[in-house]
Amino acid sequence: MNRKLENGLWRHALSLMTATALSVALVLPGATMAAPATADVSKTGLAVTDTTVTVGILHSLTGTMAISETGSVEAEKLAIDQINEMGGILGRKIEVITEDGASDWPTFAEKARKLLVQDKVATVFGCWTSASRKAALPVFEKENGLLYYPTFYEGLEQSHNVIYTGQEATQQILDGLNWVAKEKGAKTFYLIGSDYIWPRTSMKIARKHIENVLGGKVVGEEYAPLGHTQFGSIINKIRLKKPDVIYAAVVGGSNVAWFKQLKAAGITGDKQTLLTISVTEDEVLGIGGENLVGFYSIMKYFMPVENENNKKFIAAFKAKYGDDSVIGDVTQAAYLGPWLWKAAVEKAGSFDVDKVVAASPGIELTTAPEGYVKVHENHHLWSKARIGQWQADGQVKIVYESDLIEPNPFPEGYQ
Amino acid sequence: MKAIYNNLLGGRQGVIGLALLAALIFLVLPMFLDIFRLNLVGKYLTYAFAAVSLVLIWGYGGILSLGQGVFFGLGGYCMAMFLKLEASSPENTAIQSTPGIPDFMDWNQLTQLPWFWEPFNSFPFTLFAILAVPGLLAYIIGVAMFKRRVGGVYFSIITQAIAAILTILIVGQQGLTGGINGITDLKTLHGWDIRTDSAKYLLYYINGGLLIGVILLSRFILSSKLGRLLLAMRDKEDRVRFSGYDVSNFKIFIFCVAAMISAMGGAMFTLQVGFMSPSFVGIVPSIEMVIFAAVGGRMSLIGAVYGALIVNYGKTYFSETFPELWLFLMGGLFIAVVMFFPNGLAGLYEKHGKRIMEKIKSLRRKPTPPAEKTLAAGNDTSAAAREAA
Repeated sequence: MNRKLENGLWRHALSLMTATALSVALVLPGATMAAPATADVSKTGLAVTDTTVTVGILHSLTGTMAISETGSVEAEKLAIDQINEMGGILGRKIEVITEDGASDWPTFAEKARKLLVQDKVATVFGCWTSASRKAALPVFEKENGLLYYPTFYEGLEQSHNVIYTGQEATQQILDGLNWVAKEKGAKTFYLIGSDYIWPRTSMKIARKHIENVLGGKVVGEEYAPLGHTQFGSIINKIRLKKPDVIYAAVVGGSNVAWFKQLKAAGITGDKQTLLTISVTEDEVLGIGGENLVGFYSIMKYFMPVENENNKKFIAAFKAKYGDDSVIGDVTQAAYLGPWLWKAAVEKAGSFDVDKVVAASPGIELTTAPEGYVKVHENHHLWSKARIGQWQADGQVKIVYESDLIEPNPFPEGYQ
Repeated sequence: MKAIYNNLLGGRQGVIGLALLAALIFLVLPMFLDIFRLNLVGKYLTYAFAAVSLVLIWGYGGILSLGQGVFFGLGGYCMAMFLKLEASSPENTAIQSTPGIPDFMDWNQLTQLPWFWEPFNSFPFTLFAILAVPGLLAYIIGVAMFKRRVGGVYFSIITQAIAAILTILIVGQQGLTGGINGITDLKTLHGWDIRTDSAKYLLYYINGGLLIGVILLSRFILSSKLGRLLLAMRDKEDRVRFSGYDVSNFKIFIFCVAAMISAMGGAMFTLQVGFMSPSFVGIVPSIEMVIFAAVGGRMSLIGAVYGALIVNYGKTYFSETFPELWLFLMGGLFIAVVMFFPNGLAGLYEKHGKRIMEKIKSLRRKPTPPAEKTLAAGNDTSAAAREAA
């Protein structure tokens, strides 16, 4: 209170002094201000005051994607709370404006514009599906906003205005394929995904890697419409081809039908190797661990990752959102966003987007639950890949962990 | 002159209604809203095209189309294809495997532009296609349905199915259409940057002007003999048929007109919002458009515009203010409208607003009896015009 008053008085006094052109002569006599002056840390009209900085969270709170995106909102709010408890950023508490993208891509664009133009937020944590990001991206580029995007995605993108805290396609795909080829001696692969940009691009990369690097063979490639629930014909085709590995990128609600029907058809983890790039702990809640036993997922984070950061993270998350809550890969990636932003702002000494962006490459986070991450010049993170085998209780056993993988959103030879 | 005044403008009451709407769109809103909000209003007004088209076919024609989003979307996609080609010049897309084609085609391993994209390099063709493509589709649907005397609920279900089919087609053929992402990142129209504030102002006014034009056109149609036939068909189709009219032709005509009006809205939407996606084509947006018309009053062209404005403003306002509750509030609003004002806002005005207005007028004019006569006469014309207002 007192500090606020004092600051206010000083600001008032300062403006008076400037007005009367006396400011040079009367230098401030040692008023200790913890936070640097607002005029220094925000020169582009962002919503920064002497004590607060406003950020936006933009995810689907309603609609079909809400079930997936809620975890990200929770993780981002947790990180922001923790940062505020530590005293905020540059002496300013973070205030959040939450907007609902409503699982509707145009709404994401509208709300992104609202956050940037009207609320002047310093950064936005948000978007989930590629479609929502593609819809909002032109807005961020036009208004020169900053977006921390948490989801693993197809790559082929690198924007001045986006920091991608999830993994791009090569970070998830190549190591997984290498692993099944080596550990399981896999030669034939059956690719199946939901029909949109992320699975299609991922399968394109997977096919090139299987055919050109591993010397294997793709015996089938199928796409089911989003929300599809009838996998009978695809499962029959898989039985005919008898692939060594089923390589799957089915998303959302379709996952439930897909895995249940696989099990009903007798394709289970003890007889068939299946590696998926789209199932995290969040999805398993809906699918049921018993339908997945023995199948593999490749992600950068699973809850059993062993390190001190992760223990603290899980404890804090459960304390805030209940003991039953699970944390999937994207939830963890979303948790990184506010911390990476804090580090970049402090390095830049400013909230201005261009300065934060310039300061971002090279930022390291040793406190990440997944272990250690570092921001690459291409705005993606160096991170590890981990393969987990699903257990009946819906948890994974981690069977493989890679070294840090360099992000490469435009992989040569895979396009 | 008098005919124009009575038919096109809808008599005194119609003129006042239109003038109020024009004043709101062209003066009041631009004066009080910043460009961000005004751009949103511009977006709402593009939905008003679809709502107006529904007044034509549903309110007057008695044909409930649950597929108006199809035509809105087709118009929007035609415009988006032109803008996307302009944004995908070889210089802009140099990092792609195949420069010069839209980015999503490159991601889907296409190496050349599909044949049906080629004509959209031409702006005049695009303008033609915005009206012609939805018009043609409506004609085909209309001939297939109305000639066979398919109507009522069956027609609604079929239009809904077409909306679902088109969505699935667009999403499934993502190499050709952009899939679920839609066609995004549109920048310029003939080198004119549509993302700047000045462009947004200009597009807003063009949009408003077109909308007023569309309302006038609709009034012209409804106040003609065709309009009366439509009403007659809605109420007793067989009688009109037995009187020697080919009912289906009138239905096909009005359905095509409505499709083209919706398509204009779609094209303006693309220009003002900067992208187009299958989420404007499907069943949900199509039904939302019916809601705009229902809230505004399905017999009122101007009411439909207010309906679109109010519902969409409510959506934006509630979702910004109560991000976790807003769907319930919208649901409550719709239930309230249906329960308490089944004829929408226009019905509300008919019922109460007008009585109050007349009371005020009669209070003012009581001392001079002759004035009352003119008032009564005015009421007569307005009653006739009301059907077309």
